[in-house]
Amino acid sequence: MTAFLEAIGYGSWGLHALVWLPLLGVAPVLVGPESRAKKVAFWWSAGVFVLSLGLWWSFVPGSAELQMASERPWIGAWGVHYALGVDGISLFMVLLTTFTTPVAILGAFNYIQKKERGFYALMLLLETGVVGVFLATDLFLFYVFFELTLVPMYFIVGVWGGERRVYAAVKFFLYTAFGSLLMLVAILYLHARAGALSGDPSFLIADLMRVPLSLQEQLWLFGAFALAFSIKVPLFPLHTWLPDAHVEAPTPGSVVLAAVLLKMGTYGFLRFLLPLFPAASAHPAVVSTMMILGVVGIIYAAWVAAVQPDAKKLVAYTSVAHMGFVVIGVFALTVNGLQGGLVVMISHGISTGALFLLLGMLYERRHTRLIAEFGGLARVAPMLATAFVITALASIGLPGTSGFVGEFLALLGAFEARPLLAILATTGVIFAGYYMLPMVQKVFFNALDRDENRQVADLSPREIAILAPLVVLMVGIGVNPAPIMERMEPSVRAVIERVEGVEVDLGLAELGVRADIDDPDEPESPEVAQ
Amino acid sequence: MSASLGMFWLDGAESAAAFDPVLPGLIVLLPLLGFLANGWLALRHAERSADAVRRGEELDLDTGGRPSTHTLPSLIGPGVLLASFALVVVNFVRMSAVELHDPVVVRYWTWMATGTFTVDAALQFDQLSMIMMLVVTGVGFLIHVFSVGYMKDDPGYPRYFAYLNLFVFFMLVLVTGASFPVMFVGWEGVGLCSYLLIGFWFGDREKSDAGKKAFIVNRIGDFGFLVALFILFINFQTLDFVTVFGEAPEALTYGGGVVTAITLFLLLGAAGKSAQIPLYVWLPDAMAGPTPVSALIHAATMVTAGVYMVARASVLFALSPVGSVTVAGVGVATALFAATIALTQTDIKKVLAYSTVSQLGYMFLGVGVGAYAAGVFHLMTHAFFKALLFLGSGAVIHSMHHALHHTHNPADAQDMRNMGGMRRFMPFTALAMWIATLAIAGIWPFAGFFSKDEIIWYAGAAAVGPYAGLYTVYWVLALAAAMLTAFYMTRMMVMTFHGANRTGDEESKHLHEAPWTMTVPLGVLAVLSMFGGWINVPEAIRESFLGLGGALPMSEWLHHWLEPITHAATQVREEALLAAGALAGQEHDYGFLHHAPFGGGELTWALVSTVAAAVVVAGTVLWVRGWSLAPASESPEPTGFRKVLYDKWYVDELYDRIIVQPLLAVSRFFWRFIDQVIIDGFVNVVGGGARAVGWFVSLFQTGSVNTYAFVITLGVLAILGAVVAGG
Repeated sequence: MTAFLEAIGYGSWGLHALVWLPLLGVAPVLVGPESRAKKVAFWWSAGVFVLSLGLWWSFVPGSAELQMASERPWIGAWGVHYALGVDGISLFMVLLTTFTTPVAILGAFNYIQKKERGFYALMLLLETGVVGVFLATDLFLFYVFFELTLVPMYFIVGVWGGERRVYAAVKFFLYTAFGSLLMLVAILYLHARAGALSGDPSFLIADLMRVPLSLQEQLWLFGAFALAFSIKVPLFPLHTWLPDAHVEAPTPGSVVLAAVLLKMGTYGFLRFLLPLFPAASAHPAVVSTMMILGVVGIIYAAWVAAVQPDAKKLVAYTSVAHMGFVVIGVFALTVNGLQGGLVVMISHGISTGALFLLLGMLYERRHTRLIAEFGGLARVAPMLATAFVITALASIGLPGTSGFVGEFLALLGAFEARPLLAILATTGVIFAGYYMLPMVQKVFFNALDRDENRQVADLSPREIAILAPLVVLMVGIGVNPAPIMERMEPSVRAVIERVEGVEVDLGLAELGVRADIDDPDEPESPEVAQ
Repeated sequence: MSASLGMFWLDGAESAAAFDPVLPGLIVLLPLLGFLANGWLALRHAERSADAVRRGEELDLDTGGRPSTHTLPSLIGPGVLLASFALVVVNFVRMSAVELHDPVVVRYWTWMATGTFTVDAALQFDQLSMIMMLVVTGVGFLIHVFSVGYMKDDPGYPRYFAYLNLFVFFMLVLVTGASFPVMFVGWEGVGLCSYLLIGFWFGDREKSDAGKKAFIVNRIGDFGFLVALFILFINFQTLDFVTVFGEAPEALTYGGGVVTAITLFLLLGAAGKSAQIPLYVWLPDAMAGPTPVSALIHAATMVTAGVYMVARASVLFALSPVGSVTVAGVGVATALFAATIALTQTDIKKVLAYSTVSQLGYMFLGVGVGAYAAGVFHLMTHAFFKALLFLGSGAVIHSMHHALHHTHNPADAQDMRNMGGMRRFMPFTALAMWIATLAIAGIWPFAGFFSKDEIIWYAGAAAVGPYAGLYTVYWVLALAAAMLTAFYMTRMMVMTFHGANRTGDEESKHLHEAPWTMTVPLGVLAVLSMFGGWINVPEAIRESFLGLGGALPMSEWLHHWLEPITHAATQVREEALLAAGALAGQEHDYGFLHHAPFGGGELTWALVSTVAAAVVVAGTVLWVRGWSLAPASESPEPTGFRKVLYDKWYVDELYDRIIVQPLLAVSRFFWRFIDQVIIDGFVNVVGGGARAVGWFVSLFQTGSVNTYAFVITLGVLAILGAVVAGG
């Protein structure tokens, strides 16, 4: 496989194709007839997914370097580059995106009944935006893609959404636009500092990482970036746009929102916050604040989820809880915590995406999402019930599923950093049962006492085709996550070394010693002394 | 057979040869394959019955043809268990033939590896996991066979065997896992199966609720388990059993805060799984599941996982006197408390449920006082006699169901007040259950006599060294609970099997003995309940008339068998006691364990306890036979203290009042007030401000978000276009 990929030069064009092919697919979707739009979009995105699988083999494990990297000047005067690259962190985010998109599109076939061409075109546009976010290695380019994702999602909620779609869409837009505006200011400041230092303006992350920032500057910039990303995550108390957006969004919109859009926030933590502002990220007050907010999110969102009458809103709140695990894992700044956080991101994408798909299937059958309207469905839809129960169990982190691996490692890592907070976060495993099991029971178990429920059909072949790969991944990653983890480990380690190393260097810089950011270990290494 | 094998070990005749497990993975894998096969059959059957339900028909097992929904699961379900059991026996024979000191760890693949933390998918084969596997697959097989008869007419037949097979798979992972995380896979996996099987008849809200309750309460325990793992990890950098237990005596300070925290959090986990105070409340409700499930999961195997875990981690508990005394205290308190509730229950399964909670308490007392082998011993004998009692009660309920069904009598088939005189209809079941009753009551020479007596003996013997006063109290309470046990079990037997029949004249004509698929497992378990205790008879008793004057083939076999497991813990305890000077003048070789409590030797106490229990049993028979019982519908409600016991001390109500309802209230408050009023209120004000600004700006522009969004898109696309075009 690797030889084949080399023969076709995958390494040189693969990333560009993954970013731009979805956008290219907009044309056939828009040009073709309305009735064919969904099929064109599905096969197109499925093709993109197949193409993205090449990443798995062409990616060299054991290296923290950016791979398949390329850069060329774009807006020379400002130092903006069109630069892409993939490492152990972005690899899985890209795969998650290219996997989720066709699945979500397939899940939209019956749900989307109007303006189909526009809808599927937006889905492909969204994919370009998200893949771009994960592959961009230039901060300006990243920002462009980051903003680009906002727009299709806004229309997906606002046009194809439920009754309160306009309120939800505007709330989503204002919340996230507000956050990213502050980030833009911070980006420009950083850019100016970099330009002043070297005389050669650049937005490349690698260049920006060399800018020596005082702790105070770092804290301010961290704040601006963190706000934008925390809204995306979303971190308590910035989460209230999410339940509204999810409830109003059409099924495929919810799937993509939960599976990949939220990940842009935590990805931002890993890719930008920690490497660009290491001293701020490692500052005890910052670590405590972020971890406390994560823990509050885990518990608070679980409790609020438990009393939701609307199943979709319930799952939306569980996203906040899950992302809380990611946040505590990341800000633990330990190898276990970061990898756990990354696995939670993958696992949450799969299992929560699947939950939204399942809820969409229920909605198509019963035209309601109110838990109280259901009951006893396992008797008439055994396969739907089985898929739902497995997904719910993966979501609440049953060992043997992907959810456990991520949560366990995130908590383990958090415990190494802040034991008491980690213990509080661990109560999340109890509350996960508290929100999920009653819902499962009220929908699928208990008496089958309504005639409408009696007529609910079981899964169709198309629906089985949607859910089967998701279930396989939940169990597969839960049983054997090592191939994923060995690919992400070096990159995760590099982030931690960066944070730990610069913490030391900053102390030296304040004493007037040149901060040697690239090789923090060199002065201590015995080889140098010889 | 095990007798002669035991002698091999004692002789040490065959040594040096390494233990090489035969197909170890297959032992675990077979039940999983059974689950997959039965699960597939179950889904196909469920699809067909779903069609029937949609047409308004009733579920019928014959919908898809008997062969695929009944014959195949009947063969596959028990079949994979029999094959697993055979493999376990082969491996047991091989392990007995060599002198195995260190566990054999079989690694399959790297499960999780972060760079600083690695755990393999690995199984551990040693003396303790071997005993557990024998119990799980052996008793499990018998219960699978029993189920073939018991569940014969249930519409969920293939699904039932799928769950049961899956349970055995996870239980085997639990007892063979070579590290805490792998054990935890089994630990939560059996919890999942318990949840599925308690709520097996999920159409019934009450049963479904009971399953959910079990899962959530267990997760409280799992929280403790996880925290213990985290503390272990930061101290050992690994969670593999061999390393942790090997290094623990050096790495952890005796009586230190770290090891105490570890053991207390582990205890929380164990209390959840093994239904100990304060987390026992799920187990009585778990009786909502089919009765063979109660026998297998909620009596013989899963609920003993906590005891297994403490025995497995014995060296950690030995390092923490506080941890140990807490384990023992929780155990004895649970033993006594649950026994008081069992006194007045009228539902036959409820009596057995509280009895199980109580007996699990004894096991905790055993492992808490440092008698790890005795705890495991009681775990094993309890698996025999309690599985027998549950299966026997299942046979009775089965028979009652048929009888009541014939006349469409809505009376409760599990209420003992509706029974009486059942021995005339089911003589074999009555005999088998009497054997189990005498075993659990602790009457010589039945299995429970040896195991329970040993635990109580060691509780008294532990009254040297730290917390001597507390251990003395435990000893007294344990004796009291033993007397209560003898009473409530005899009461149950007399109410069920003796006196006049109260089922009804017409109904009683349909009462009948169970079919052979059910009576054969009862018979095998009855034999085990009679003689199972002989594998671990104390030397002093073996030599006396209670041990048939030395005629028994062996003594203290289990104790010696488990020595490689418990050795480290025993050593730790002994060194600590020596250092404290508590063992002055005693022999060093396990000297403290042979400290005679309150002046009596083992034989004396064995005599006293069996005579006392026998007196209680005989007295109860005479007393309860004199009661004038009426069917449940005509019986008065219990009053006074009797009502408090009947209503289980109102613990469920208390938990509901102080935990469940407040939690729900706070949850609603968070949602309705903090989320919707405070945060969204703030957002809406800010958003409103933005819109006001937007209105002002709209004098110059359109002011609509749609337009902004559209412009952003155009702008972004233009910029991106420039990339492609301009490069």
